[in-house]
Amino acid sequence: MDIIFAKAYIFVLAIILGFELINKVPSLLHTPLMSATNAIHGIVVVGACIVALTADSTFLKIVSFIAVFVGTLNVVGGYVVTHRMLKKFKKEDNK
Amino acid sequence: MDILRELGYLISAFLFILGIKYMGNPVTAIKGNIVSFVGMIIAVVFTFFHSTVNLGNLWFILLAILLGSFVGAYLAQSVKFTEMPQMVSFFNGMGGLTIALISVVEFFHKSNLDSFFIMSAGFSGAIGSVSFVGSMLAMAKLWGMFEKSKKSMAIRIFNLGLIISIFLVFVILILKPSPWLLIMLFILGGTLGFSGVFPIGGADMPVVIALLNAFTGLAASIAGFAINNNAMIVSGTLVGASGTILTILMAKAMNRTVWGVIVGGFGGVDQTSKFEKGNIQEIGVQDAAILLCYSKKVVIVPGYGMAVSNAQNEVHEIEELLEKKGVEVKYAIHPVAGRMPGHMNVLLAEAKVDYSKLYEMEKINPEFKTTDVVLIVGANDIVNPAAKNNPNSPLYGMPILEVDQAQNIIFMKRSLRPGFAGVDNELFFNSKTRMLFGDAKETLKKLISEIKNL
Repeated sequence: MDIIFAKAYIFVLAIILGFELINKVPSLLHTPLMSATNAIHGIVVVGACIVALTADSTFLKIVSFIAVFVGTLNVVGGYVVTHRMLKKFKKEDNK
Repeated sequence: MDILRELGYLISAFLFILGIKYMGNPVTAIKGNIVSFVGMIIAVVFTFFHSTVNLGNLWFILLAILLGSFVGAYLAQSVKFTEMPQMVSFFNGMGGLTIALISVVEFFHKSNLDSFFIMSAGFSGAIGSVSFVGSMLAMAKLWGMFEKSKKSMAIRIFNLGLIISIFLVFVILILKPSPWLLIMLFILGGTLGFSGVFPIGGADMPVVIALLNAFTGLAASIAGFAINNNAMIVSGTLVGASGTILTILMAKAMNRTVWGVIVGGFGGVDQTSKFEKGNIQEIGVQDAAILLCYSKKVVIVPGYGMAVSNAQNEVHEIEELLEKKGVEVKYAIHPVAGRMPGHMNVLLAEAKVDYSKLYEMEKINPEFKTTDVVLIVGANDIVNPAAKNNPNSPLYGMPILEVDQAQNIIFMKRSLRPGFAGVDNELFFNSKTRMLFGDAKETLKKLISEIKNL
């Protein structure tokens, strides 16, 4: 029970932090920011790896293989797309 | 081993927070993305510091990561700038699918299913399924499939019924756990993702994708509770919260509410145009070139039409030609021009347009009075005066670029077709407006050669 509560605290604090971090952002960064947070929830690939480590039947191995694969798509694709968007902004600053 | 893993997660959580913080400022944004990427790599690597690691499975996990990295990087590298919103939606959907699959594997594998696990696995997987199917449909809509808004009472009732049946299946699942009920729950969730996004018009997709992104974050966090993983709880919650704020901010920039986008909105409003349709005045390329060259000040208003025909380079060339002739040229960037906030900034930056020439709506609006010619390149709803004058219009209340205050308006468009919101534009019939029909890129090319000949 204590552990669940400790995690509930993490949950609540992370919500507040998430709200605070984004609150004042210029609108031109909305799309890159959406793409960046999209990449961050790719953290689910970690969960996919964990369940894949314990998978013991062929069925579960196949499902967890797909899970790791699509989770990695989310991570890598998300970061690369964000990077490409932001590189465009970077050039302007160097001028 | 496990302590080491948790330490790695702690570092990665710190890097994610720092990364999002940096992302909020245009100057540090690129650094922010890299910082958060490093955090992600640390999280993944340290995951394998697991006391009960089954090395027999390691080979296919690494294979899946390798394949996923290759395909993901290839897709993200090859996508055109105009199609990036679709790509973001696709990757978001992949995240949602991952969560549903994690729940399925853990459900089949786990020997003692306590109710806390069932609740969190069921709930996270259901939201993941909504996000997966919803994102795929949003992507299709951005590609122009079934993009019109189709809101009706029947769909609303159907969705309400779906939500109730999801809730019922969820309760039965907790009382009598069975993997098939879990899968049924996910199928219902997927159906809700489809029927929830289906009636929403394509113009509202940015808000929908942002919302589904927040959903995936929340689902990732709850899945973290299910499999007891701190990295997923922290990062998922961060994305869920920041994604929600982002959704609200984006809706605000389009003068919509999130509720209005999802439930109410464009569909039910009477869209018949109330204004008197006068005559349309066309202009030839040659006359347009003369008009532009002999002005003092020209403001270019880019829109989605520029994005689809990939005309940003031509726009930039015209700007340079006019500047050489001593014309002052500025760009007016509406916050939601194109299909995504920031869409135009990215495209024009790609064409190497100087950043200092891009003006935000609030800055440029007072300048239209002193502008000789406004050149509208494939924009429509964002300059529609109905947003100010016509309370019956679905656009009413949206802040617009007040181009009708300029001396002349050259409206470059493929046809008289209404814009994304499906509303006629009375600016077409304004006495100051000259229509220049044709594909943006082609017409601009002709315009360029005419200007060179002058």
